[in-house]
Amino acid sequence: MIVELGHFCVVIACLLAFLQVVLPSIGLKQNSLQLMASASSLAYGVFVFTLLGFLALIYAFLMDDFSVAYVASHSNTRLPLQFKVSALWSAHEGSFLLWTLVMSIWTMMVARFSAPLTTDMRARVLICMAALGVGFYLFLLLTSNPFERALPFYPAEGADLNPLLQDFGLIVHPPLLYMGYVGLSVPFAFAIASLWGNTLDVSWARWSRPWTNLAWAFLTMGITLGSWWAYYELGWGGWWFWDAVENASFVPWLIATALIHSLAATEKRGVFKSWTVLLAIFGFSFSLLGAFLVRSGVLTSVHAFAVDPERGAAILMFLVPVIGGSLLLYSARAWDLRSRVSFKRSGRESFILGNNVLLTVSAAVVLLGTLYPLGYEALTGGDKISIGPPYFNAVFVPLMLVLMALMILSHRSRWWATERSLLTAGQGVFSVIAGVAAIGLSFAMGPIKLWIVGVAWLAVMIVLNLGFELYRRVRLKSNPVRRLFSQPLAVYAMVLGHAGIAVTALGIVTTVMMSEEADLYMAPGDRAEVGAFDVRFYGTKNVDGPNYVADRGRVEVLREGEVIATLFPEKRRYLASQSIMTEADIHVRSLGDIYVALGEPLEDGAWAVRVHIKPLVRFIWFGGVLIALGGVLSIFDRRYRVPMVRSSKQGPLAPSVEAAHG
Amino acid sequence: MKLGAMKPQRRNRLLLILGLVGGLGLALMFVLKALNSNINLFYTPVQVTEGEVPIGARIRAGGMVEAGSIRRSDASLEVAFTVSDLAGAAFEIRYTGILPDLFREGQGVVATGTLSQDGVFFAEEILAKHDEKYMPPEVAMALDTTRQDSLQP
Amino acid sequence: MAKQSVLIPVFVFAGIVVLLWFGFQLSDPHLLPSQKLNDPVPEFELPNLMQVDQTLTAADLTGEVSLLNVWATWCPSCIAEHGELTRIFETTGLRIIGVNYNDDSEAARAWLKRWGDPYAFHIVDESGTLAIDLGVYGAPETFVVDAGGVIRYRHVGVVTQKVFEETLTPLIQNLKDAS
Repeated sequence: MIVELGHFCVVIACLLAFLQVVLPSIGLKQNSLQLMASASSLAYGVFVFTLLGFLALIYAFLMDDFSVAYVASHSNTRLPLQFKVSALWSAHEGSFLLWTLVMSIWTMMVARFSAPLTTDMRARVLICMAALGVGFYLFLLLTSNPFERALPFYPAEGADLNPLLQDFGLIVHPPLLYMGYVGLSVPFAFAIASLWGNTLDVSWARWSRPWTNLAWAFLTMGITLGSWWAYYELGWGGWWFWDAVENASFVPWLIATALIHSLAATEKRGVFKSWTVLLAIFGFSFSLLGAFLVRSGVLTSVHAFAVDPERGAAILMFLVPVIGGSLLLYSARAWDLRSRVSFKRSGRESFILGNNVLLTVSAAVVLLGTLYPLGYEALTGGDKISIGPPYFNAVFVPLMLVLMALMILSHRSRWWATERSLLTAGQGVFSVIAGVAAIGLSFAMGPIKLWIVGVAWLAVMIVLNLGFELYRRVRLKSNPVRRLFSQPLAVYAMVLGHAGIAVTALGIVTTVMMSEEADLYMAPGDRAEVGAFDVRFYGTKNVDGPNYVADRGRVEVLREGEVIATLFPEKRRYLASQSIMTEADIHVRSLGDIYVALGEPLEDGAWAVRVHIKPLVRFIWFGGVLIALGGVLSIFDRRYRVPMVRSSKQGPLAPSVEAAHG
Repeated sequence: MKLGAMKPQRRNRLLLILGLVGGLGLALMFVLKALNSNINLFYTPVQVTEGEVPIGARIRAGGMVEAGSIRRSDASLEVAFTVSDLAGAAFEIRYTGILPDLFREGQGVVATGTLSQDGVFFAEEILAKHDEKYMPPEVAMALDTTRQDSLQP
Repeated sequence: MAKQSVLIPVFVFAGIVVLLWFGFQLSDPHLLPSQKLNDPVPEFELPNLMQVDQTLTAADLTGEVSLLNVWATWCPSCIAEHGELTRIFETTGLRIIGVNYNDDSEAARAWLKRWGDPYAFHIVDESGTLAIDLGVYGAPETFVVDAGGVIRYRHVGVVTQKVFEETLTPLIQNLKDAS
C-alpha cells in the first residue's frame, strides 16, 4: 500500500510540475503577478511529493518488500541496513527517482533563494526548471518505474545488490554527482529565461553565479569520490580510466569550470555574454548527454547500467527538443548580445578567455575520444575500435599544463588591463624557490624525474603566486591580520580552488611516474621486494561476512626489516549472487599508499598477489576536496547574501565604473 | 589595413580570432594524430587465424574462453588459454598477471595486445565485463559473423 | 564573424544527435538475429537434471508451445528473471523448459530448491553444446518453441512482465491458435 501511495505521490509531483509550467506562463501572458508567483509555491509542492515517493521506496527496501520488482532485483534480506537504503539508487529506475528528487530540491532552492529577482524573471526560471522536471517525471513514470510490482507471484528472496556497489563510496557518490549534474540545470534555466525574456543584463550573470558554483562544487565532489571508489573498490588500484561513464561526468565538469570563470567576467565586466550563455546551455546539455550515454548502452563501459533501448530512445527524444530548442533560441537572440566592451591583452579578461578556450578544447577532445568509436563504427559499417587512455593522456595533459602556466599569472591580473610590473614582480625569485622545491620533492620520491620536476614547479608557482596575491591585498594595512580575515570569501574560494588544482596535479604526476606495481606468485611464507618495501605473504584463511564468505590473506609489509603494516586483503564470494569480489587492503602513509589485493588462488595455497606502492595518491582526491570546498565557500560571499533589497531591479553596472574599482 | 592603424578594439578582436583559429588548428592536428595512433581495432578469431591481423600491431581480439584450455605455469603468473568463436576458429592467448574476477571458461573476453609471428596473441590486458548478463559486444559480433558465414555454403 | 556563426552550435549538436542515433541502432542488444529462427530445435541427447539417468532429446520439446529458457546458477539476472517465470507458469500454465547452461548440476539443483522450480524439466547442458547450437550469447536467454519443436522467437536477456505480456503472449497465442 505504501508503495502505491509513493507511486501516486510521484504522479502528483508530475502534475504539480506541469501546473508549475502552465500557471506562471499564463501569468506572464496576462501580466498577473499572482499567477507568476504561484511557481514558487508549486515548487515546494513538487519537492514534498517527490520526497514522499522517495521515502516510500526506501520503506519498501527496508521492509524487504520483494513484491516490488525493483527491490527484488537489487536487495536481499541479508543485505546490511545502510546498503538497503543505498540500493535504491544502485540501478537505473531508482537512481532516476533520485535524479527527480534532486531536480525538485534545486527547483525549490531557487524558489526560496531568488527573492531579489524580478517576479517575471523568477517565474521564467522556475518555468524552465519545471518543464525539465515534467520531462524527467514522464520518463520515470513511463519507462523506468521503480514502484512496479511483480504481482501476484514474487520471489521470497531478493537477487541482492551488486557486491561492487555494497560500499560506502556508492552510498554518497551518486547523490553528490546528481546534485552536480542536475544543479547545472539552474544556470541553464537562468540562461534560457533571460534569452526568453530578453533580459540578458548583468544581473543575470550575477544571480547565476552562486548556483553555478554550488552545482560545480557538487560535481567536483562527485567525480572525486567516484575516482576514490574506483581506486579501492574496483580492485586494481587505478583511479581514472577514461571510461565512457567517467568522461560523461568529466565533460560537463570541464564546461562548468569554464562557465564559472566566464560568468565572473560577464558579471564584472559585461564581456563574453553570448559565450557565457552558450556555456550555460552546453553545461547542462552535456549532463543530459552523459545520462543518455550511460543508460542507453550506446557506449560500453566498465560501469554496468541496465541497458534498455527503449529508454535510450526516450532520452534521445527528450534531448533533442531541450538542447536543440535551447540552441535555436540562442541563435535567434545571441547576435544581439555581442559585447561592446574592450579589454587589453594583459587584462584578467584575457586570462579568463585563455582558460575558457583551453577548457572547452579539453572538453571537446575528451568528447571526441569518447564518441569516436561510435562514429567509426557508423562510418565503416560495424568495425569496432576502442580509444585507449594514451589518446586522452596525449591530448589532455598538454592542455592542462598550459592551463596551469596561465593560472600562475592570472592571480595577479586586474580587470581590463594589468601593469606589466604587477605580473612580473618577484617572479624570478619565485621561479628559483619553486625550482628548488620541485627538485627537492622529486628527489625525495626517488630518482629525479623531469615530469615531476616540471609539474611540481608549476604547482609551487601557483601556490606562491596565490600567497603573493593575498600578501599584496593586506600588506599596506595597519592591521594585516584583521585585514586577512576581512577579505571577501570569494578570494579565499579562488585560493582554495586553484591550490586544489596544484595539489591534484602534484598527486597525479607523482602517482603516475613513481608507482611501483607488482603481480606476484606467492606461496605462504614467500617474500618479495616491491620498491623500497618487503612484502611477506602468510597464506589465507576463510572468514564469513554478513552476506559473503571470503578468503582473507595476511600480508606483512616491511621496511628496512621492520614491519610497518599488516594487511588483510580479501577475495569475497557473495552468497546471493555468487559473484566474486576483490577487496583490496590499503595501508595509508603520509607519503603514499601501499595497496595489496588478492588475484586468484593457485595451487597449494599460493595466490596471485598484486602489490602497488602509490606515492602521493591521496593528493589527487585531497586536491579535489579543496576545489569543491572553494566552490562551496564562494556562495557564502557577502555579495550573494539574501535577502537583498527586494524588487530593486539590478541594472547593469557601467563597465567603466567597475574598472575603476579594479 | 595595417594592424597598427586599426582601432584597439578591432585589433584585439582580430588577434583574438587569429589566436583562436591558430590554436584550434594546432589542437586539431595534435588530436587527430593522437587519435590515429591510439585506435585499437577489434579482430575476430577467424581474422586472427586467417592472417588478417598485422603482426606486432596493437590490436584487440576476443572470443569465448574454451573449456579446459586454461593452463598456468608453476611458480609464476603466466597463463595461457584458447579463445574461440565456437565455430572452429581459435587461437591462443598468453598473459602474465592477474585475470579479472569475471574471467572463466565459457565466458567472453576481450584482450588487448599484439599477435606474434607464430600466431600466439600476447595480451597486455584482459577484459571481462563487469556485468555478467551479456558478452562484450565485440565478442557477440565475432560469434555472429562467423556463424552467418558458416551458414552460407 | 558572420551573423550565421551563432548557428554553429546547432549544427554541432545535430551532428552529435545523428551519431548517437546511429550508435543506438548499432548497439541494440535485443535486436540480435537468430540464425535458428524458424528452424527446428537442433538435435541433442542430454540428461535430465532431476533424473540423471533419463536422456532428453529434441523430440521432448514437441507436443505443445513452450518456453525454452537458458539459465545458470552463475547468472545473477537469472534469479531476477525467476520470479517472472514462476508467475508465468502459475498464471498461464505455459510449459517452461530449462537449459542449465555451463553449470554444476549439484549447484543447479540446490538453486532450484531455494528459488522454486516452475520448469517442466531441465536439460543439462554442462559443456554448452546445445547452447552453442542454439546460438546462445549468454544467460538468460529464452526461445519460444512451437508444438512442432520449431524455434519461433528468441529473447536475449531477462524476460520481464512487460516482455512477456507485450511480445511473447500474442506470439504464443498465435502459435496456439495455429496448431
